Amino acid sequence: MTTTTERTYAYADLPHLMSRMTGDEKHGPAATSTLDALWVLYDQVLRVTPARVDDPARDRFLLSKGHGPMAYYAVLAAKGFLPVDWLEGFGSYDSPLGHHPDRVLVPGAEIGSGSLGHGLPLAVGTALGLRAQGLTDPRVWVLVGDAEMDEGSNHEAVAYAGPAGLEQLHTLVIDNASASYARPGGIAARFEAAGWSARTVDGRDHAALYEAFTAPHAGRPHVVVARVESKEYAGEPK
Amino acid sequence: MDTMRDRFAPVMARLLDEDPRVAVVLAEIGKDAFQESAHAHPDRVINVGIREQLLVGAGAGLALAGLRPVVHTFASFLVERPFEQIKLDFGHQGLGGVLVSAAASFDWPEGGFTHMSPGDVALMDTLEDWSVYVPGHPDEAETLLRHAVAPGTGSDTKAYVRLSVQANAEPMPVDGEHFLTVREGGRGVVVAVGPLLDQVLAATEGLDVTVLYATTVRPFDGAALRRAVGAARADVVLVEPYLAGTSTAAANDALVEVEHRVLGLGVGRGELRRYGRVDEHVRAHGLDAASLRERIGRFLR
Repeated sequence: MTTTTERTYAYADLPHLMSRMTGDEKHGPAATSTLDALWVLYDQVLRVTPARVDDPARDRFLLSKGHGPMAYYAVLAAKGFLPVDWLEGFGSYDSPLGHHPDRVLVPGAEIGSGSLGHGLPLAVGTALGLRAQGLTDPRVWVLVGDAEMDEGSNHEAVAYAGPAGLEQLHTLVIDNASASYARPGGIAARFEAAGWSARTVDGRDHAALYEAFTAPHAGRPHVVVARVESKEYAGEPK
Repeated sequence: MDTMRDRFAPVMARLLDEDPRVAVVLAEIGKDAFQESAHAHPDRVINVGIREQLLVGAGAGLALAGLRPVVHTFASFLVERPFEQIKLDFGHQGLGGVLVSAAASFDWPEGGFTHMSPGDVALMDTLEDWSVYVPGHPDEAETLLRHAVAPGTGSDTKAYVRLSVQANAEPMPVDGEHFLTVREGGRGVVVAVGPLLDQVLAATEGLDVTVLYATTVRPFDGAALRRAVGAARADVVLVEPYLAGTSTAAANDALVEVEHRVLGLGVGRGELRRYGRVDEHVRAHGLDAASLRERIGRFLR
């Protein structure tokens, strides 16, 4: 018989975990825009655990939109990738947890991010690299923001991955309507025009997110556009 | 004589056969030479189209998945256009890879300035831990490509290999690490980089100077320069086939304990707005033997 003293965390614990970084029990929509989608991915979809962070056959999650990573750190802590007591030091000189994540410092973080437009090309290469090694089962997920889709590098990746048939590649777009120039439905349409399978869902509805995340998409990469409340000031220098 | 770039695809074909970790990433440029390799290794010879940010980002992604990416296009579109991808996707992510450029300085003068990137090595020099290889002959290019990719060693180093149509008549026994001593003298030390060796040897004919030959320019072989300066006057001339002065700081750092003078010769910053032939551009930048002899002679006094 084995016993464990590790406590487990549920979705309801995430606001408190975030408060250990921010010192505030309440968080606005911008800080939590990614929270529900991240939770559903890590809780129900991604086949990765703290014990498997070096397993070549694990699923990969790449946080490309590195701004406002409190929700990401909270989920990684809740799932045991990093110690909960790291959260208090958030952003300090001695903390591995910065306002943009660094893969070299954060256990479970597949990439460092902060500069927008890097995660999707990295995810394309990761999917190609897995396929080249015969690892066709692991899935690659990358989270981008709707305004991040302004970056041309993303267009290069989207336009390539569809025709290349990168079925292992999945993009999660958190759409909080933060792009200054955008057309309604424009994000999903761009992916679809490049041959991707696409779903647009309520980014707060866990059942809808799960269904969209796990929808079959044979031979094609898959995008889920998760719509959440509009952006407010998020503390990023302008 | 064939060019360094003519050797690139055949060398990579062998490395792709030998090491299942090796992958080649292209952005249309150079793809014709890889047709056979792409057929043999369809998942490890990847053409992403005319998309240079994706070229570098996907190359780094291959490294994330455990492969050894070799990323190739013209220097302007490999180093300058996606420079932030090189800095972040390889450097900040802590990943290894090999960038192989062609046509950096003025290999295609008829193509004009859009296809010239004489500042490539200086740009790479702003980043941490990139080895830079500048072969001076197609045989050396083969040796240095193999050294940079290092099949089977599990290497995750970062390397930039600069292939050019400019070349010396004969190969030298380069080892991927050290400068070679080609001539010894007392009045000063001339460091010739890659394809400029023949011009430097002609320029210094009959002058009492040491000539070092550099094809691995980063890391800079400071020990070789210090040894040479120990046996000759500490007047150092660097002759580089890219932006003039690129290695002046490296030479100064190597000689920090020695009173010395350094002259950095290479491609000028000024845009010539000229087409024409390679030899005309060599002369325009003062890198032909006669111009070099005059400039080196004046500096050595």
